[in-house]
Amino acid sequence: MSALIKSSLARKVVMALSGLFLVFFLGQHFVINLTSVIAPDLFNSWSHFMGYNPLVQYLLQPILIAGVVIHFVMGFVLELQNRAARGAVKYASYKGSANASWISRNMLISGAVILAFLGLHFYDFWLPEMAYKYLESNPEDATRYHEETVHKFEPFWRTIIYVISFVLLALHLLHGFASSFQTMGVNNKYSAAIKTFTKVYAIAIPAGFIFIALYHHFNQITH
Amino acid sequence: MKLNLKIWRQQDAKSKGKMTDYAISGVEGDMSFLEMLDVLNEQLINKGDEPVVFDHDCREGICGSCSLMINGEPHGPDRMVTTCQLHMRKFSDGDTIVIEPFRAKAFPVIKDLMVDRSSFDRIQQAGGYVSVNTSGNTQDANSIPIEKDNADDAFYAAACIGCGACVAACKNASAMLFTSAKVSQYALLPQGQVEATERVQNMVRQMDLEGFGNCTNTGACEIECPKGISLENIARLNREYYSANLKG
Repeated sequence: MSALIKSSLARKVVMALSGLFLVFFLGQHFVINLTSVIAPDLFNSWSHFMGYNPLVQYLLQPILIAGVVIHFVMGFVLELQNRAARGAVKYASYKGSANASWISRNMLISGAVILAFLGLHFYDFWLPEMAYKYLESNPEDATRYHEETVHKFEPFWRTIIYVISFVLLALHLLHGFASSFQTMGVNNKYSAAIKTFTKVYAIAIPAGFIFIALYHHFNQITH
Repeated sequence: MKLNLKIWRQQDAKSKGKMTDYAISGVEGDMSFLEMLDVLNEQLINKGDEPVVFDHDCREGICGSCSLMINGEPHGPDRMVTTCQLHMRKFSDGDTIVIEPFRAKAFPVIKDLMVDRSSFDRIQQAGGYVSVNTSGNTQDANSIPIEKDNADDAFYAAACIGCGACVAACKNASAMLFTSAKVSQYALLPQGQVEATERVQNMVRQMDLEGFGNCTNTGACEIECPKGISLENIARLNREYYSANLKG
């Protein structure tokens, strides 16, 4: 067991499992966000539940933050090791596009953009929420979430940043989601179906987030 | 055919190398890439220059000795062939061809285009074998029934010639395809079961010690492998490794 923890394969397992966990989280986040378009009252009640349920706040939220931190820290560690493994002299000519997709070769770029986006996302939603609840000690208000969310998408610049970030997220998932199955040793007769599912998920979920951001942005303008 | 060659020249393992330009003429389309380098070396020797050092042996695509990064791809632009089976008809008159050694921390350059791939040997020595008593009472392998699919997959894995193209192609210089092929060929056969746990643990440990990178599943190795070793082997290696370690 100790050999497993120290091995290169263990680092890959950490990437794969934390990635799968974040993919699962993304799906439930999308479902809740979708209600902000189709059922504002339901969005308010679910948001209130997520914001005040002790299990969500004190167990699931720390696990989620740990998942994000572990995924990107391990990503950088692997990248540094991988660059060192090429040696001191790099290729004068390296045709990576001949044998691997741009997406798979540039997970660091898409990952870094997503990380920067998470910084903005925390600044937009998580920090104000923490301030509202714990610094300002405001009373519980289960009706505020929809209006606050819609209002966030009023500025064009923020909406565009969200849209671009979700495009990069889709690219990241297009390689990462299927790749995590390979890392976990799943490559069999079901792999074609898994790849199809992961590709559909990788495009559909970020596309859904883009739709929600644009919907709130333009819906506001027409008001 | 006239060609412009940009070739990595490096005096020895400790010297600093550099790309050097050569113009070569009289290249025929039916020549192999190594024969083209033979022509270049003859020209260099006739001029009193030092010939370019490169690895080669069987020149039949089966020994795994030849290497070379050609225009940014291991074994050149053709698929499922080694450099010795790459023919000059793949290139056009006036082309510039960049020729470099396979680059990896675990494949140090010995001289010019020749690299030290003994790190692969050490991975193999760490567990890529079956300990068989050869005292005369060994069971005939053909008398052991093996499921056809497993026999085929073991054979395909065993086709790995250990050339190192997988490492050279991988953006991470990972040796997972090589190691997984060597693990798979035994993992799929009954003869390999006795030492299965130690084999995968020891081979992965040695692979890590040699300084190869981590696999990020780009699939470049599978595309560039002259023997078509499949990524399924890497998934099998992962399964073997996890189950070996979880067993204790």
